[in-house]
Amino acid sequence: MAEEVKLFRTWSSPYALRIVWALKLKGIEYETIFEDLTNKSPSLLQYNPTHGKVPVLVRDGKPVCESLVILEYVDEIWKHNPLLPQDPYEKSMARFWANFGDDKLMKSIWQLFIAHEKDQDVAAVAALENLKIVEEQLKGKKFFQGETIGYLDLAFGWIANLVSILEEIMSLKLVDGERFPHLSSWIQHFIDAPVIRDCWPPRDKMIIKFQVMRENYLAAATPK
Amino acid sequence: MSSRGSKMEEVKLFGYWVSPFCRSVEIALNIKGIQYEYIEEDLTNKSPQLLQYNPVYKKIPVLLHNGKPIVESMVILEYIDETWKNNPILPEDPFEKARARFWANFVDQKCFPALWKTIWSTSEQYEQNKAEALERLKVLENELGGKRFFGGDSIGMVDIVANFIGFSFRTIQEALKLDVFTEDNFPKLWEWAENFANCSPVKKCLPPQDKLIANFPPAYMGKTLVSSFQSRLQLQFHPPAAAK
Repeated sequence: MAEEVKLFRTWSSPYALRIVWALKLKGIEYETIFEDLTNKSPSLLQYNPTHGKVPVLVRDGKPVCESLVILEYVDEIWKHNPLLPQDPYEKSMARFWANFGDDKLMKSIWQLFIAHEKDQDVAAVAALENLKIVEEQLKGKKFFQGETIGYLDLAFGWIANLVSILEEIMSLKLVDGERFPHLSSWIQHFIDAPVIRDCWPPRDKMIIKFQVMRENYLAAATPK
Repeated sequence: MSSRGSKMEEVKLFGYWVSPFCRSVEIALNIKGIQYEYIEEDLTNKSPQLLQYNPVYKKIPVLLHNGKPIVESMVILEYIDETWKNNPILPEDPFEKARARFWANFVDQKCFPALWKTIWSTSEQYEQNKAEALERLKVLENELGGKRFFGGDSIGMVDIVANFIGFSFRTIQEALKLDVFTEDNFPKLWEWAENFANCSPVKKCLPPQDKLIANFPPAYMGKTLVSSFQSRLQLQFHPPAAAK
């Protein structure tokens, strides 16, 4: 039975990448619709009227929104190559860490990225603390859930790409091999994984985009 | 590995009486008919156990099941539903389940903070915060539509996560003479709240109204007592700093 699967995304969204990877891991054919978020398509607004955000996965006309919700949905619909652990306790741990990644880690790295020089030291402390917590989780493991890529690797996948881009723009090294040997090793494994490596957005385009974003934030927040 | 119904099962909940996040977990446990030991935390003097079981956030609620801690209320709700399969709080169909998760997130991340902000508004901030809260409630009212509960005929995850709207917020807003969530503006949601608060798994764990009102005395409104309150409650949402 042919299913119709569509993914609404932008070229740069790290959240949408999670779904690209998940669908690739499951070997699912789908149509990609690239959105310009400054000029959202009527379809996107129809499928995600509440937030108007990407990614949105539409399967047989039914939309699913929010990347972590979509990951769970994908895992429940296509049960081969499972992304999440089966055991409820292990599953709850995976969900906890995915939320930590989004709520705490990403936010603290972003705060550092848009901080004025005078505020960078304080912002860096929080970012490094959160990175250290993630580092602990990777001890003795190739990927977050063991030997193979799973839900939590996809949830944290943005670290493997976006962090080095932000580091380059800031001229600041956050994740170095000495302080974060396990995280650095995970990044190498993840970035080179066959399912993952062909999906990264063009680095030079990302650098320009985030450079501009940073300049706008710094200008807007310039103290009088 | 837990064995359902076994006498060896030990379920403990570390909570704080006023926290709607803790309330969510209690309601879910009540729906499933699970016996548990409740431990009230003093958030100004957290127990070594709490710090041990939730070292990352040091917050309640923490569910302890056979010695294993699960934290974050929404994560706990999913765990409860997957561990005890009677009276499910999430739909079985993956699409409906995804919808429920989406709306639970909306209530948790968009509705609760907006309503919370109205409680802590100064008179200058109130109208703007109220406008935001009204917008969010409107979306929720539309989503509820003609259903008795968000979960259909019986309460489900979205209803549970919205417990603050279903009970405490109405009590607090009445005491503070706020006019955010009114029957006129949100007739469906109002009726939902009445039905929700009357469900027995919910009624069992609602805080006494007088104690709730005493916790939010009218004197707080407009004063810069936000930070002390926040440190007492240690809720995830950070109320905005009151204007000087």
